[in-house]
Amino acid sequence: MTTVQAGLTYYKQLNEQIRAAQDSEITVENVIGQRYIGCGSTDRKITVHGTAGNGLGQYLNGSTIEVFGNAQEAVGDTMNAGEIVVHGNVGDACGYAMRGGKIYIKGDCGYRAGIHMKAYQQHFPVMVVGGKAGSFLGEYLAGGLILVLGIGQNGAYPVNNFCGTGMHGGKIVLRCDKAPTDLPRQVLVSEVSADDMTEFAPYIKEYAQLFGADAENLLSQKYFVLTPNPEAGYKQLYTFEA
Amino acid sequence: MLQKEGQVRIPAGCAISGIFHKDGTCENGTRIIDSIRTMHDRSNGLGGGFAGYGIYPEYADYYAFHVFYDTQAAKEECEREIERHFDIVNLSKIPTRRHPRITDAPMIWRYFVTPLPTKLAASQLEEREFTSRFVIRINHTLNGAYIFSSGKNMGVFKANGFPEDVGEYYMLENYEAYSWTCHGRYPTNTPGWWGGAHPFALLDTTVVHNGEISSYDANRRFIEMFGYSCDLLTDTEVITYIIDYLGRKLGLTYSEIANVIAAPFWSTIEKQEPKERERLTYLRNAFASLMVTGPFSILVGYTGGLMALNDRLKLRSMVVGEKDDTVYIASEECAIRVIQPELDKLWAPKGGEPVIVNLKNGGNQ
Repeated sequence: MTTVQAGLTYYKQLNEQIRAAQDSEITVENVIGQRYIGCGSTDRKITVHGTAGNGLGQYLNGSTIEVFGNAQEAVGDTMNAGEIVVHGNVGDACGYAMRGGKIYIKGDCGYRAGIHMKAYQQHFPVMVVGGKAGSFLGEYLAGGLILVLGIGQNGAYPVNNFCGTGMHGGKIVLRCDKAPTDLPRQVLVSEVSADDMTEFAPYIKEYAQLFGADAENLLSQKYFVLTPNPEAGYKQLYTFEA
Repeated sequence: MLQKEGQVRIPAGCAISGIFHKDGTCENGTRIIDSIRTMHDRSNGLGGGFAGYGIYPEYADYYAFHVFYDTQAAKEECEREIERHFDIVNLSKIPTRRHPRITDAPMIWRYFVTPLPTKLAASQLEEREFTSRFVIRINHTLNGAYIFSSGKNMGVFKANGFPEDVGEYYMLENYEAYSWTCHGRYPTNTPGWWGGAHPFALLDTTVVHNGEISSYDANRRFIEMFGYSCDLLTDTEVITYIIDYLGRKLGLTYSEIANVIAAPFWSTIEKQEPKERERLTYLRNAFASLMVTGPFSILVGYTGGLMALNDRLKLRSMVVGEKDDTVYIASEECAIRVIQPELDKLWAPKGGEPVIVNLKNGGNQ
């Protein structure tokens, strides 16, 4: 395993060192906001200690990145495959246009997480947020799954405003005691049944395993699933009506 | 000839950082420079600047004018004007060190002044109004002179360059402030030049801004009806005047000012309890033309306090950290961790949700 000290190294040099490493396992210590760590990489296991800078794991193509600390904006932007695990919070625009792979966040995510995620054939992106999410979660969602566990929210709706605006595919699953109101008209909400839970349970279990949460307890709680409202799509924008 | 704001358009973020000691402890400019340095790539070398509060305790009762002069003639004319209206108790060049990356410097002078009692009495104006009108008039009418800092016991230091270089250029290690804000500029529409660097200041209000105001001209047309003059043709300037107008002239609190400039959506207002709904509706209607749209994260410095605010959509990143009595605010978490690795608390405020910190006990430790 290769260990790299980041400190105040400029991000270009740091990423060159990471890319040049012969080992597939790389630990980067004392990271202070260096951008683009692990970007576009395949089959690496990158461990980051510190504050990961903007664009962590953008275009990730199969590597695993684990961050002990918080990550800043645009984590996993347009990632294709692989896994990003953050033992902390992430900033805005996490998982933007993600089209495959998984992102697990122990704490909260900022605004505009999972905007325009999409799924295609075997590619199915998944984002799991342990705490709460900022506004515009899953805006224009086209595919994949966003799961917000609302840990520490005492059963309150774990998203700020405008969740799922314009969604036309995929699912957003939220743990809260009451069905969210004031959702945009493009969104249908229903309580997750015990049968439905089989679809989501593996991700909740994986979250629990990664961060040491109580899986049984989490699984026994109430969840709501947001799906696109087929009656409220944007199709008129693109086709003329007689 | 350097083209100024408005004469050219450069399509192109920015970085902001602030340190605030609630107990009034002062620190020199070293750490704020180290903080902004980590966000080097958010700037492009076309503007950097700092505001420090509590830096002139020996002249605490005097307005400190920091002035850029392009020509000797402008300096002589401006000094004549200052002497006609103010008693100058001290004047000097602002100390700078030669710096390889800071070039084309104007003459940079500092005056500690107090309004002449006869002039002030004859004007029938309150002292701060008298002073702010003077500053606006000079900046509007006197070509080649620009008063870029005009508060008491505080000062703005700005230049064309990367912010860390600007901090070294002005030797900020020699100033002790309880509150520091700074800015690294990446001009989006306009060229970088000394006057266009942040912070923008009027009296003791300073603003540093990361973003771009799409409502600029609507805001400008409205605020200019009240005696302000947007001469720098760059968006951030107008925020400074809006805050001065709402705060100093109309007496709104900083929290109310935040509800005006980053007013919530009507759909969000409708969800509030009746009393809060009524309050927010009033502010949105009464000051519709002062709502600032487009992406922004700003730090507003004022005597004894600091406000951080994001636009309501939170289109710019901003985090707040706390360690004991010190509050850190920056565009990126790394800019806080680099100077304070251990924090008691770190969070990202919601869009439109102001974070306001003030000195405890008026700063008496």
